[in-house]
Amino acid sequence: MSLVYNEEQRMLLDTAQEFFAERSPVSALRALRDSGDELGFEPSVWREMTELGWTAIPFPERLGGLAFGYTGMGAVFESAGRQLSASPLLSSIVLCGSVLELGGSEAQQAQWLAEMISGSKRLALAVDEGARHNPERIELVAKRNDRGFELSGSKVMVVDGMGADGWIVAARTGAADDAISLFIVPAEAAGVSVSRQKLIDSRNTARLVFNQVEVAADALIGELDQGAEVLSLALDRGRACIAAELLGACESLFQTTLDYLRTRVQFDVPIGSFQALQHRAAWMHVDIELARSSLMAALEALDADDVQAGQLVSLAKWKVGQMADKVSNEAVQMHGGIGVTDELDVGLYFKRIRVLQALLGDADYHLNRAAPLLDAA
Amino acid sequence: MINTIEEFRADTRAWLESNCPESIRGPAKDGELVWGGSRIEFLNEAQRLWFERMRDRGWFCPDWPTAYGGGGLTPEQDSVLQQELKRLKCRPPQINLGIWMLGPVLLEFGTEEQKQRLLPPMTRGEVRWCQGFSEPNAGSDLANLRTSAVDAGDHYVVNGSKIWTSYGDKSDWMYCLVRTDPHAAKKQEGISLVVLDMHADGVEVRPIDLISGKSAFCEVFFDNVKVPKDNLIGPLNGGWTLAKRLLQHERSAMSKFGDFCLPNHFDLMAIVSRYIPEDSQSAADIMLRAKATELALNEQAFNLSVRRMGEEARAGQDVSATAAIMKLVHTEQEKQKFELLVDVMGHRALGWDGDEFSEQELAISKAWLLSYTQTISGGSSEVQLNVIAKRVLELPDAPKGGAK
Repeated sequence: MSLVYNEEQRMLLDTAQEFFAERSPVSALRALRDSGDELGFEPSVWREMTELGWTAIPFPERLGGLAFGYTGMGAVFESAGRQLSASPLLSSIVLCGSVLELGGSEAQQAQWLAEMISGSKRLALAVDEGARHNPERIELVAKRNDRGFELSGSKVMVVDGMGADGWIVAARTGAADDAISLFIVPAEAAGVSVSRQKLIDSRNTARLVFNQVEVAADALIGELDQGAEVLSLALDRGRACIAAELLGACESLFQTTLDYLRTRVQFDVPIGSFQALQHRAAWMHVDIELARSSLMAALEALDADDVQAGQLVSLAKWKVGQMADKVSNEAVQMHGGIGVTDELDVGLYFKRIRVLQALLGDADYHLNRAAPLLDAA
Repeated sequence: MINTIEEFRADTRAWLESNCPESIRGPAKDGELVWGGSRIEFLNEAQRLWFERMRDRGWFCPDWPTAYGGGGLTPEQDSVLQQELKRLKCRPPQINLGIWMLGPVLLEFGTEEQKQRLLPPMTRGEVRWCQGFSEPNAGSDLANLRTSAVDAGDHYVVNGSKIWTSYGDKSDWMYCLVRTDPHAAKKQEGISLVVLDMHADGVEVRPIDLISGKSAFCEVFFDNVKVPKDNLIGPLNGGWTLAKRLLQHERSAMSKFGDFCLPNHFDLMAIVSRYIPEDSQSAADIMLRAKATELALNEQAFNLSVRRMGEEARAGQDVSATAAIMKLVHTEQEKQKFELLVDVMGHRALGWDGDEFSEQELAISKAWLLSYTQTISGGSSEVQLNVIAKRVLELPDAPKGGAK
């Protein structure tokens, strides 16, 4: 266990960087956006990612996985972030895959996991209901009846929820705060309406409305009322991967900004020679360094099943998120007028970064979450 | 070879187990460390024993050649020794800037005569060294220094003054940057490194009181001090290169300090919860708690960065980009932490002395005031930012005037 990628992880990082640069560069995202694509990713790129084995990385071998761990996953997400490459790796593999791995029955795992790993099916996780991420406040209700359960309520910010083969839905099944249960709802279930939430990053984000949706008893994942723990761990894995993607995007954007500072001439000198800008750039470097250490510690803790993983994940999402706000704001400001034009990729990075910052808890959420856990750290 | 090094480890471990007194293990409080030198003081018998045993083994300078009194260990053996010392949490037998900073430079640049003369007393802990770099008009712009050394045949005559010399009043010798060519085209090219006897005629030392009270810092004045020419280290007017090398050693020496000094550590979150009622929902209290959490998390991120840098270095990676942030981040974080404590504690953090305030409250006031020195000394935060911008980020030089 280490805060540094080992040789195998480094090879994966190199492969992933090459792959995304070639098969899914920023221009691909721009093209997807311009075509108004609802799916938000290229199915051919996704297929190639499954062929490279990346969808099997986090799972144990008995479930058809490679048992390569979340540090390895971090290397892939970091590389995707650098190019703003889109794929359902987070939604289907990290989030839903984790829920099934940790809480699913053998039958549920057999029915879904192999096909999720192969890419022939995909699920999306439906948790949030309000304006800001808050998995402690779930109001969508699942009521037991003699056929199974009936779900009513709505979900927002469902990543890759459009066109999914089904959703894993977090529902309230009891009065106690943590009486949360997880259900697999197949896309064909009657009473679900799906609509696109078109966000600034042009990705696939959905609103789901459940109007007395009936699911069979075997749609329940794990025990009734006991879903919160599995959900929490799955969310933490997702948060760490989002932090990795954010860090990759920020490092790439920072390099672009530095190139601009070195080459843009005003008052007869490169603007990067101005100390006012140099010091701001140096502080960005500082924050990127601190963010990387926090991220690597979170990935390490997840792989070690460390009891402090939750605290370290929140540290990482907080630090990376806070850094990302700064780096993206400064990138726009330092590019000056051209920085606010759509022509430049800076805007695409800025928009994706801000969505990732909000996703599964922004810096404020994670500051609040990390605080009571600090004593143990 | 593996066998030999493992044997060395076993022998070393056994020797340390039986020779490092129990009371010398674990972090030391302020003022509990032994400083080598002619006026050495031991607080207890254990300190004396540990000092003498390590000295007799040549382990004040384990990786220096035995010819100069060192331990003659290979780099591999030295790193095993360091690991074993760390494992037992042994405090260093003495603190000595000579060994940490000047010694390596002498080994690299000194003449044979200088090595024979200056190194063995260091390896016996007989001489306490101080550093004469900064001057009233040469702080961040060190190359602006003016203390002059004028050629007078067989010796130089030194005039001028140094400032911020730590423990100048307790030191025996100083390594000192002096101007030997006032007409050099570039000011960096007219500087030499000399060593001088602090007991010599014409040397006067005055301790400096800081905003926090008494301090280790001194001013040192030179009035026609005679320095034999044999005391010039490295080439005449070639001192700037040596100075940069010394400062590299300073950085690694300072990082060692953290290993065995009990940091003036105050548990931020615990203090905040003592002064702000847990159930307070006032916006101001909520904001202060949030700020405290931010600082605590940033400190955690810094500590993880220290660990990551160590692991990357051991993996053979270039860590210069991470190393460049360390001094800046640590000192700025400390300052922010005390600033917040002053906010949280109100007048309880503004006490100077007396029974009105608790020991911890007074310690926090002092540490807060002292934290201002940390972002200035050893390369101010602004200089650190310049270094990051230029060396790490490779941003272009300012057209003129700016710091290099």
